[in-house]
Amino acid sequence: MKELMLILVGAALVNNVVLSQFFGLCPFLGVSKQVKTAAGMGGAVIFVITISSAAASLIYDFVLVRLHLEYLQTIVFILVIAALVQLVEMFLKKVSPALYQALGVYLPLITTNCAVLGVVLQNVQKEYVFAEMGWNALLVSVVNGFGTALGFTIAIVIMAGIRERIAYNDIPKPFQGAPIVLLAACLMAIAFFGFSGLI
Amino acid sequence: MNSYLERLYNGIVKENPTFILMLGMCPTLAVTTSAFNGLGMGLSTMAVLVVSNLIISALRNLIPDKVRIPAYIVIVASLVTVVQLLIQAYIPSLYDALGIYIPLIVVNCIILGRAEAYASKNPPLLAGFDGIGMGLGFSIALTCMGFFRELIGAGTVFSGTPFAYSLPEIYEPVSIFVLAPGAFLVLAFIIAFLNAMNIENNGRKKVEGCGGACGSCGKAENCDKRRKL
Repeated sequence: MKELMLILVGAALVNNVVLSQFFGLCPFLGVSKQVKTAAGMGGAVIFVITISSAAASLIYDFVLVRLHLEYLQTIVFILVIAALVQLVEMFLKKVSPALYQALGVYLPLITTNCAVLGVVLQNVQKEYVFAEMGWNALLVSVVNGFGTALGFTIAIVIMAGIRERIAYNDIPKPFQGAPIVLLAACLMAIAFFGFSGLI
Repeated sequence: MNSYLERLYNGIVKENPTFILMLGMCPTLAVTTSAFNGLGMGLSTMAVLVVSNLIISALRNLIPDKVRIPAYIVIVASLVTVVQLLIQAYIPSLYDALGIYIPLIVVNCIILGRAEAYASKNPPLLAGFDGIGMGLGFSIALTCMGFFRELIGAGTVFSGTPFAYSLPEIYEPVSIFVLAPGAFLVLAFIIAFLNAMNIENNGRKKVEGCGGACGSCGKAENCDKRRKL
């Protein structure tokens, strides 16, 4: 249990996916104008990353490793993620129209969010695989995925909060738009360095 | 011939993927801790981009419209795997430095963006030149980022290559520039500098283009030109 907590906190805060590993920057910069939309995007990402970590972990351990096809992991994982996003979209539409309404716009965008593929590849790279830790591998992969997605949500919601406030500030002309957002991200990244002593 | 040269100019200057279109931000910020890493990432992406543009353009009449995105992803993912194995075999030091960001070329918005916006509508040769132009623009941007970060953060340039240069001992490196926050800082200042040049030149800010890469664009939700994925 303690190890799982450490993995969760490590993935969410210490190695924050956006601010220290630079995954998922496109939505981080693009969909962070309002707290509400940012939270929606975060919710969708948590949903997809958690499910795809589990699916990719199972497929890697029981299909790719068994067939000695580990070198195909990039192709297989991206297809799994793309199919899964489609599946989740169709499933939500039928089962929970309210949730579909809330996440709808963001779901298709997630396929090319590199945080999803990044986490899944990292799970394999960090050897959260069946051969190393048995069935625990599935649990650890899911916790790592969930923690990473949580970190993404924290970062994008904070960013949206900052942007809502700087929208009315008097910013020098060359810094309007992307540069001021990047500067805010820079300060956030420095702040998140403070977590590095946590583990 | 002019339209080929125009493609190159378009990719390097007019629609520079990093500084103007703001695509492919993840590798731009993550691997540019040194000029050599930036160049290596830029050239690997360019190799994938040129070949994927050629293949997708050659197959543009064969791929049904409804499944084009999955088809593009399969083509790009296969090429990325090839490039990954080649780098691992021939430049192991670069492979270690770029790490997980090599397989992540698959989800680089530039590649799918160009496939969707250009290669799927134009003949192979033009699409190939478009890939070269965009790839060069990306490589130059990454090398430029890496150059400044390495120079300020480590006091060296192109270290580990025959062109290595280092600042005199008296310079104390500001190591935050090779860490995560430095990436945001350097990119912010480069874009602000380019904005300032633009404002001076024509008195107005340039309109942000998007290259039609809606699938990977964070701004797609409030864009009226959005194509259904």
